[in-house]
Amino acid sequence: MGQHDDQQDDYEVTIPEGARRPDRRRIVDSSGVQISVAEWGDEDAPPLLMAHGGFDFAETLNRFAPMLAAGGYRVISWDQRGHGDSSWAHLYSWDADVRDAAAVLATVPGGPIPFVGHSKGGSLVMSLSEVAPHRVSALVNLDGLPSGNNRPDVSEHERTRMQRDETSAWLEHRRKLSDKQRFPGTIPELAVRRGRMNTRMPTEWLEYLVTVGARHDPDGWRWKLDPTMRFGGFGPWRPEWSMLRLPGLGVPMLGVLGNEPEVMGWGTKEADVVPYLPRGARLVGLDGVGHFVHIEQPRLIADMILEFLP
Amino acid sequence: MTAADNAAYTGTAETITWLRHNRIDLALHELRAATDPNQRPLLLLHGLGEESARIGTLDVEWSGPIYGLDFTGHGRSTIPVGGGYTSEVLVGDVDAALAHLGPVTILGRGLGAYVALMAIAARPDLVLGTVLADGPGIAGGGVQPGTPTLVFPAPLFANTDDSPHVPDPFALVELARDVRPPDYAQSLLLLASDVSPLNRLVYVSAVARPEWLDAIVSQPGVQLGTIEDALGYFAGV
Repeated sequence: MGQHDDQQDDYEVTIPEGARRPDRRRIVDSSGVQISVAEWGDEDAPPLLMAHGGFDFAETLNRFAPMLAAGGYRVISWDQRGHGDSSWAHLYSWDADVRDAAAVLATVPGGPIPFVGHSKGGSLVMSLSEVAPHRVSALVNLDGLPSGNNRPDVSEHERTRMQRDETSAWLEHRRKLSDKQRFPGTIPELAVRRGRMNTRMPTEWLEYLVTVGARHDPDGWRWKLDPTMRFGGFGPWRPEWSMLRLPGLGVPMLGVLGNEPEVMGWGTKEADVVPYLPRGARLVGLDGVGHFVHIEQPRLIADMILEFLP
Repeated sequence: MTAADNAAYTGTAETITWLRHNRIDLALHELRAATDPNQRPLLLLHGLGEESARIGTLDVEWSGPIYGLDFTGHGRSTIPVGGGYTSEVLVGDVDAALAHLGPVTILGRGLGAYVALMAIAARPDLVLGTVLADGPGIAGGGVQPGTPTLVFPAPLFANTDDSPHVPDPFALVELARDVRPPDYAQSLLLLASDVSPLNRLVYVSAVARPEWLDAIVSQPGVQLGTIEDALGYFAGV
């Protein structure tokens, strides 16, 4: 293990151009769960709330958030429960994530402010807009509009088999959770692992993410993400449930879709979203850009948002 | 209550086996010993806000041992911090009991009836028959999400040294809003009946007919009947 350590200590990670760690961090208590909040920009600037996607963390915004901050905003983000520096929770659910988001929002005094969210974070700020309409001034959804497109086109019998496989895989995962730990590794090893979820990200960025999203234990680096969280599972959720809420949104909305398909993406096409758009909403589909629109094209997306916000 | 129920009510440590489900310690109560060593256990699942020691054995006839599982946030099981309940995660609770007990027949009340349906879908080889009975939380939160609300429930009742144990207020709120579409319930039944060795795998003794339950009552593999009918049938297969 000593050799392992030496290799890691010597490993040089390049800080991507424009990347800046949060200017401030603080803890918000959400019914006993400690939520770690990250902020960029002048403390007295107008606030903007930004939610990261599933299996990401606030510091994946280290290039994007400073651009919004330079545009005149106090950008407030947070590590969702089980992610980044926030507590690993007993339980995870959509309602719990919305409550945590509201707990963060409640620490920002004042009136309505813009909400921005990527992927799961996009859906999360949509829910937050519904439960706290008095606090939202505009909504920006970055590739977080669900559709049924990623459901495979299979027969009923095949669907039942897949459902059984998913359900039993989920239960087998639950049976093995006690004291589960992430595998330790070197910075390049963790970057390669994350590269499987972030297929379009350059190695330089992934290795940088290790240094801000993993912790350095004596036996190697480990992602801070709660090892008990897992994709999939089972439940009755349907994408149309979220989409049916969209037309009722009462504030200006900007939706961005990354048109390049990738593993973490939702496969949503512009035509899926258009019938549900609220009045006056703007939808932009970006060819040649994947799911992580704000990480692949931070300048483009930041400018789009800054121009969109009143 | 019977004397045996009263003994269980006091929650003596001898009657409880502790099972681990992720970060939750679950209390599995042995409510009554077997009179027939060859009969599989009957697992009782309580309703929303209830606990195994309080519902006792329900005075049912069963020659195998009778166990009751306290769900997460209920009875003597761990109260999680900060909520986040789904009925799916309670299936993980049941699965921890199945890993310990092996094949069982399940009798579920209310919320426990819905979880029992999910459990037989997920583990049709280990759940040899379920009885769905009336009880708190049988309705769930309807067939699609309602208007979302932000609820930060505060404890209203204080826990004392005596049972009953106060359930987690987050459990009461979140598991009462649990969405249960009828076709989801039907797909759960299909998952179970595809694999289950039983011709009748679900007995409905409940009088209540929330949409999820109404959707399965006339399906193949489902039988209407009393708890006694159901357990009589499952005891013989």
